[in-house]
Amino acid sequence: MEPVEIGLWGVPLAILGGAIRVSTPFIFVSLGECLTERSGRINLGLEGTLVFGAMSGYAIAFETGNPFAGVLAAALAGACFGVLHGWICKFKGVNDIAVGIAMMLLGMGLAFFFGKPYIQPQAPDLPAIALGWWSDIPQVRAALQVNVLFIAGGLLAVAMAWMFRTTRIGLIVRVVGDSTDAARAMGLNPDLVRLLATAAGGALAGVGGAYLSLYYPGSWTEGISSGQGLMAIALVIFARWNPINCFWAALLFGGAGALGPALQSVGISQGYYLFFAAPYVLTLGLLILTSSPDRAMQGAPLELSLTK
Amino acid sequence: MSRVLQTEGGAISVEALHMTMRFGDFTALDDVSINIPAGSFHALLGENGAGKSTLVKCIMGFYHATSGELLVAGHEAFMSDPKVAQSLGLGMVYQHFTLVPSLTAAENLVISRTDTPAVIDWRKERDALDAFMATMPFVVPLDQPVSRLAAGEKQKLEIIKQLYLGNRFLILDEPTSVLTPAEADEVLGHVRALTTAGKITVLMITHKFREVTAFADDVSILRRGRYVGGGSVADLSVAQMSSAMMGEAPVASKRIRETTEKQPLLTLHGVKAQDRTGLKNIEIDSVTLHSGEILGIAGISGNGQMELMEVLTGQRRRDSGEITVNGTPYGATRAEARTHQIRYLPEEPLRNACAPRMSVAENLAFRMFDTGRDGRPSFWKDGRAIARNAAELIGAFQVKTSSPAARIAALSGGNVQRAVLGRELTGDVRALIISNPCFGLDFAAVSAIRDRLIEARNRGTAILLISEDLDEIMELSDRILVMSEGRIAFETPIATADVAEIGRHMAGHS
Repeated sequence: MEPVEIGLWGVPLAILGGAIRVSTPFIFVSLGECLTERSGRINLGLEGTLVFGAMSGYAIAFETGNPFAGVLAAALAGACFGVLHGWICKFKGVNDIAVGIAMMLLGMGLAFFFGKPYIQPQAPDLPAIALGWWSDIPQVRAALQVNVLFIAGGLLAVAMAWMFRTTRIGLIVRVVGDSTDAARAMGLNPDLVRLLATAAGGALAGVGGAYLSLYYPGSWTEGISSGQGLMAIALVIFARWNPINCFWAALLFGGAGALGPALQSVGISQGYYLFFAAPYVLTLGLLILTSSPDRAMQGAPLELSLTK
Repeated sequence: MSRVLQTEGGAISVEALHMTMRFGDFTALDDVSINIPAGSFHALLGENGAGKSTLVKCIMGFYHATSGELLVAGHEAFMSDPKVAQSLGLGMVYQHFTLVPSLTAAENLVISRTDTPAVIDWRKERDALDAFMATMPFVVPLDQPVSRLAAGEKQKLEIIKQLYLGNRFLILDEPTSVLTPAEADEVLGHVRALTTAGKITVLMITHKFREVTAFADDVSILRRGRYVGGGSVADLSVAQMSSAMMGEAPVASKRIRETTEKQPLLTLHGVKAQDRTGLKNIEIDSVTLHSGEILGIAGISGNGQMELMEVLTGQRRRDSGEITVNGTPYGATRAEARTHQIRYLPEEPLRNACAPRMSVAENLAFRMFDTGRDGRPSFWKDGRAIARNAAELIGAFQVKTSSPAARIAALSGGNVQRAVLGRELTGDVRALIISNPCFGLDFAAVSAIRDRLIEARNRGTAILLISEDLDEIMELSDRILVMSEGRIAFETPIATADVAEIGRHMAGHS
């Protein structure tokens, strides 16, 4: 199909398409981190988990020929990293942030080591749903090629918000994240709850990694993440530890990230590199606007080493 | 003594026999036996460190007693775990709240149950909670996050939680330490009614004789880990109880109030600031603190006293209004505080006025470490001057510490309080702004701190005393202000102060 000339309409359309395409890993990593932080622990290692998830997902998808097997493998690998992080943090005097940085380097290093043979071969991609079938304009169709994982991420955000509000598990995670003493007095084991929350968070980050290598950009390279895992962790703070907000924050961040390429496609190339900084400028600006010198951070889990 | 093991209302008895608890060489509890019949209100008296907490922790299964037996409703029980105590119907209301701050009251209640369903049907739970609350003597807002509740409401919610969980033997650990006298009477009155009805048995840890004589049936007194007396409250006088508790009757120090010259020193004018929730404001129209007086600010906790203290110490930004000292604007910077010789003793000094991991000597040097002998800023730390300063203050204020080099966090609450008070009262002090200086301290420490305050007042220091303890305000103040809903609601000189009237203004009814 020949591209139709749609002029400046291409910019918002490209931003929408970009938002959907770029935001998915952010959604998964930030939801995973949201769950972990709500239980009172920070896992900075998710960048490493993301990269390892990308590698392992790609490798298994290539070996089995099934992209969903790759996603599953990435989730499993992520859960293993989460369990390791949670288990180390249980010991007295261990700092979760320092462990997280170590885990990040470990995850990346292992991914590069095991990933060398998979840089060349082509693994099957994850399928996308063409939500743009109603339109004749190819740009619209391209923008509305929505990957199944994006939809899963949206549903997961709603499910997680529901879980925090109306399930026993959700309330237990919040109790542990807010007051270790109260949790102990209730007969809960805070270390176990945090271990499981970190494992589940790691699994989600692994899925985010699989999306990177199996859909967009869609191949395994060593520079595949470029700090997306770390940005997703910052998004959780921006989203005030609310899963629904995490989803919107990821979308906003993805959309801002698509601004540069979108403008470039309509021929605006001046200050091109500045537009690539848009997501960071936007996030920084919004954080400043929503902060207050008088109030403590709203919604922050009280056991978090960030807010203590 | 009557041996009711279980009442018809469900209350159960607890008997501890020959309980001994050793931590290494230290015997915290030495062969203590107490019997609490079902449906009675039992008070456990003792100074700090007398072994009260150790005893109840053994009963609740947090500690495993070195030796001794525990009978619950006549049956021997092995408290290997707090869960065992819970399953037997034993519950404890801690001095430090165990509610989860960001969860609502309803969420706190539901999650504390052992049979919380995996998916909570909130409509059904709310109906059940409303029905349960209708049978309760007190009302607590269920949909607010607990962090927004006042201390009194939290205390009520803690007690409600225990009853909601179906516990029939409650241990209350100094339940009234954060309540006003009226609130305390209300809460304890309802608890008393529940025991009389045979619904619960209560063991209350306390310092306050008034509560023992007004509400308890029986009392047990501990000192240094030993049982030193007790029995029916009706048979004991306050003098007997206090001499058993302290070893000898405490020397009631006569505090002499000298007439002092009263000059206006610090004034607040139209001061407005946000409270800690950011939803309400505190507004102080006009307050003047004079030299040589103690100006007491009474009020129920959560009515803006904490915010006022923070405005005065410079911890909280004020939106409008001005604070002046001797006619010049005052912004509570370190330089200004030094020029005007204004000192502070905030509540919870370990958190608000100390660096917990630094040594006692270093903490005591916070007012002097950066000035040399000539009063000019100094660059090098003078270790000898810091050591000398520490030795003087530790001696003068009787701070009990293993060494000046010990971490200040290792000291007991009373000793931290004395250390900070000592630091803040050294040199010429023109104004001292203090908040709840005796919170959670034992008799000896309270008495010593109050002596120091009166001494300072007699020397001409202006003292602004913010306290939730109305007895303390009545005892020390020359003039009393009442704070309610972030405003000054009432003012009276001590000579015409009437506790009932002050209480009404504290509660917001005038």
